[in-house]
Formats: sequence, C-alpha cells, structure tokens
Amino acid sequence: MNFPLIVQYGLSGITVGSIYAIVAVGFNIIYSTTGIINFAQGEFLIVGAMIAISLYQIVPLWLAIVLAVIVTTILGGLIEIVFLRPARDASVLRLIVITIGLSILIREAMLHIWDEKVHFLPYFTGTSTSTITIFGAHFSPQVLWVLGVSTVIVAGLTVFFRFTLLGRAMRACADDRMAACLCGINDRWMVTLSFMLSAGIGALAGCVISPVTQTQYDMGAPLAIKGFTVAILGGLGNSMAAVIAGLLLGLLEAFVVSQFASAYKEAVAIVVLLLVLVIRPTGLFVRREIGALRAA
Amino acid sequence: MMGLRRYWPIAATALAVVVLQMVLSMTGATYYMTQITMSAYYALVVIGLCLLMGYAGQASLGHAGFFAIGGYTVAFMTTVNLLAWRDTGLIRALHSLGLVVQWRNLYGAEVLSFSPWPAFIAALVLTGLIAFLIGMPVIRLKGHYLAMATLGFGLIVYRIVLGTKALGQADGLSNVPPFHLIPGLEVNGRTPFRIENYYIAWITVLVSMLLAVNLVNSRVGRALRSIHQSEEAAHSLGVNTYRYKLAVFVLSALFAAVGGALLTHYNGSIGPSEATVMKSVRYVAMVAIGGMANLWGAMLMAIVLNFLSLRGVFGSFDDAIFGAILIAFMLFAPQGLLRVPRLRSLATLLSRRSHG
Repeated sequence: MNFPLIVQYGLSGITVGSIYAIVAVGFNIIYSTTGIINFAQGEFLIVGAMIAISLYQIVPLWLAIVLAVIVTTILGGLIEIVFLRPARDASVLRLIVITIGLSILIREAMLHIWDEKVHFLPYFTGTSTSTITIFGAHFSPQVLWVLGVSTVIVAGLTVFFRFTLLGRAMRACADDRMAACLCGINDRWMVTLSFMLSAGIGALAGCVISPVTQTQYDMGAPLAIKGFTVAILGGLGNSMAAVIAGLLLGLLEAFVVSQFASAYKEAVAIVVLLLVLVIRPTGLFVRREIGALRAA
Repeated sequence: MMGLRRYWPIAATALAVVVLQMVLSMTGATYYMTQITMSAYYALVVIGLCLLMGYAGQASLGHAGFFAIGGYTVAFMTTVNLLAWRDTGLIRALHSLGLVVQWRNLYGAEVLSFSPWPAFIAALVLTGLIAFLIGMPVIRLKGHYLAMATLGFGLIVYRIVLGTKALGQADGLSNVPPFHLIPGLEVNGRTPFRIENYYIAWITVLVSMLLAVNLVNSRVGRALRSIHQSEEAAHSLGVNTYRYKLAVFVLSALFAAVGGALLTHYNGSIGPSEATVMKSVRYVAMVAIGGMANLWGAMLMAIVLNFLSLRGVFGSFDDAIFGAILIAFMLFAPQGLLRVPRLRSLATLLSRRSHG
C-alpha cells in the first residue's frame, strides 16, 4: 500500500470514526444522568437525516438541517417523558427492553413514513464528484464537513458542561442526584434534557454523514452497536476517551476493508466489542460516570 | 399430592391440544395446524429464554443465533453431499452404522449425507459447546453489557450464515429431508403428515415444559430465583451464582437449538432471516408479555403471537407491533398479560403452581 492510499483509508476511517464517536457521546450523556443505555440512540441519527431530507424539498439545506435537529431534539425529550419517565424506578432489564422496543418502533415508523429506499442529502459544498487533494489522496469536501461538525459538537458540549449553569446542573445530577435535588436542581428535567441533547447531536451527525453513507430506515441499529463498542472501549461515561476510541474503531474498520473483503467490516466492531467485554469486563467498567460529564 | 398439582397445567394443555385438533379436523380447518406446529417449535426457544430471563434474570438478545446454529447444523449435515468420498474408510464405516444414508433429493439427484439423528445430536452438541464457550466470559457481565454482548453474538451468527457459501448465503439451505424419529413417526411438513406433526411438536413442547417446571421447582430453581432477586445475597449464602447462570444459559441455548433443528426438518429449509436480531428481540418480547418469570405465560404467548404473525395478521406492521407490545408491557404490565388485574383469576389458574 502506497502513501496516498494510506492517507485515503486513514481519512475515510477518521470520517466514519468521528460519527461513531458522536453516537458514543450520545450514549454517555444519557448513561451519565440515568444509568441506562439507550438502545434507540442510532435511530436518532437516521430520524434526523430523514427529516432533513424531507424538509430540503421545501426549504434551503441549512434551514432543513436546523429544523431537523430541533424536531429530533423535541422528539428525544418527548420519548423520555412519555416512555421512560413512568418507568424510572424500574429494573435495568425492564429499561433495556423499553429502549429496544423504542428503537423498533422508531425504525418501523420510519419505514412507513419514508419507505425502504436509500435517501440522501446533497453534498454541502460542491457535488458528489468534487474532490480535494491532500498528500496525493482524493477525498470529498464533505469529509471536512463531517470532521468539522464533529469537532464543533464535542467542543460545544465541553463548553456547555463546563461553563453553563444548565450543563453544571446536569453534571451535578450525574454526580449525586440527591445532593443535586437538595440544591434545587430539578433532576427529572435534567434527564429529559439529556435525552434532548443526545437526540439533537445525533440528528446533526446523521445529517452531515448522509451525503457520504446515505440514509436508510434500518441503519440505526448497526450505528448503535458501533457507538456502544466505542463507548465501552473508551470507558462508559468517559466522552473524551470515546472520541479517541471512535477514531480508532473507524481506522481499524477502514484498514480491514482495505485488506479483506468488505463483508468483514460489520464484524470488526462486534469482535472488538466482544473482546473488550471479555478481556476487560471490570477494568473498563469502573464507575467513571462520576467524572463522566465533566470530561465531556 | 401438593407436588403433583404443578403438573396439572400440563394435563390441561394436553387436553386442550387434543380438543383443538378435533375441532380443527371437524371444521376442515386443518391448515391452521401448520402454523400451530411452527409456533410450537418457536415456543421452545421462548421457554428456554424464559428460564434464562425470568428465573436467572439474564437478558439474551442472541437466542435467534442459537436457533440458527441448531437449524443450520442439521440442514447442512443432512444435505451435504458426501458421494465423492463414498469409498473412503470413514464414510464406509458411518454408512454401515447407518449414520449416513443415500437418498434422492427433489431433483432426483443421488445424495449421500448424514441421517437426521446424528445430525440432530451434532446440532445439540455444537450449540451446547458454543453456548458454553460464549457463556463462560459473557455470563459474568451484567445488565446492558450482557444484552449488548449477546446482541453482538447474534449479529456475528447472522453475518456468518449470510456470508458463508456452504450455508447458502442469502438463500439459506433447502431440500432438508424429513426426520424419522422412530419408525412410523417423522417430522415432515407435507400435508399428509399434518396431524402427526401437530402432535410431535406439542409433545416436544410439553416435555420441555415438564423439564422447565421441574427445574424451576427444584433446588436449582430456588437458587436461580435467589440470583434474580439479589445476586450478592445468593452468593453470600453459598450459591455458586456463576455456575448456575452458565448452566441455565447453555440449557436455554439447547432449547433454542432443538426448536431450530426440528423446525428446519419440518419446513425442509432454513434461511438467514431466522438469525436476525429482530427474531431475538421477538423472543424477548414473548417472554416479557408472558410475564418474565412465568413459564406457562411465556409458552402461551409464544404460541399465540407466533401463530398470529405466521398467519400474517399484523401485515407490514409485524415488527412494529412487537415493538409496541414490548414497550406497553414493560411500562404498564411488567408482570405480563396474565397478571393484569382483570385477568388475575385466569393467571392464578394458570401459573400459581409454576412458582411452587
């Protein structure tokens, strides 16, 4: 493999990896405030992209994306209020089953609203054939959009959790819910907010990746598995580590595709997931959620 | 006498099965029996999963994987053509033992393949082994981690059957011969064998229920329930929680494999759709609707829901309905359909004894 080819695969790996990282950050935000894994996380990306694709028929691209993010954010909040709030004292097993049910419902709703075909947003700049050349490797300008937006999301979340009152309140809830309540923080709304935040960044990530990977109603579950793998790899609740883990998984996948049949690509994340779960079942699961949102 | 009372639902179910057969035969609606038979084999998976989820408290999102391993193993072994190796010593020896048989497939071609019994036993051994190897590390995990790990296992099985040429890729394996259990009794999906197979399937289900009910009411069952309620407490009382959980994991995988193997013989084929994650989720849904720790509820729901689904009652909303009932039951009736207050009297009739 020559140098430009390595750059080529590396860049595509980082592009996909940054999306995995955003999914993982979404997992972490909800996990930190509620202690549950939202199996419907992948669906947020697809819902966001699908809404933007529909809105793009009638409004400019940027407005379609903004509206899609807002709608998905509200949807995330509603899902929490309607489906999870009534069961907030339920066992983990019950909550898992509820979020699995939600992911199926959202997916099937998308199937009936948008059919089973592949949809996509247009490239943000240029067309599908325009390329930028770096170190002899050719890639689409959309790659820069994906990387840029992912960086903005991570940076934005960091600022939000560190410096705003609301972000600090959410961190306080993740840290010690009872103490946070005593300080006058409405912990229920913090949980709702975490779902909204998670849905919102998911929708944005779904929109920027749509021109590259395209969007189909059943693409959420594979994304969720990969995002979960990344979240576990980085340590559940540790969002900074998740970003690094996401890039690693993306690179690993890209190089597996370059060397082996692309059929194995899907298996990479699962093998990594099983290996991490098996080899370090406790080491990676230390209760980091205390510092979770702090690191976000 | 108290000990015997837990068996009466089995007798009642057996009676209901016979009555149902008579009604269907008299009304000329025997075609329903095909879907009932298929539902019964799916119910085996649900019974096994109920032991794992309801009594040991361990969620598995990979049981379609075990079902597929069972089904694909028998399908592969009974259809693989060993004719080219006919004259090798090993095949000769197997042939003289009756472990391989020569037969003609649908297209009239000569096939020399394993006979169903050794294939069935191989399927169970293979599934048990895989469940043991996967279970050893995975069963130590809790909650989300276990769910995701079993989901990952299920996805890998799906990828393997979809990607392996010898397993037919997207087409799956077909031309699986009937399974002669004993002379005069065979698992065969053709119309003349409909009533016979209806009973074979139900006897399999009832024997499995007998095993499961006995297990739940034994020392092992009490240990499992103690694990479900508080693993730490059980552990401190000297229950080897890890060993019990692993044993139930393997056992429930074997239930799934039996269902997969028999249904494959019944249908004469198996395809990758049996290994999808959605299938696994549906099994979980059936256990949940049955009431988690309620074997009779799980069995009943498995039969009813699979039957409705196979009849196409839900149309294109099939998966959506399973998702919706999953959420609805976890939110409003976590004790299952049979424990909804209005139905409580029915529930006490059906399930009180299975808790011993």
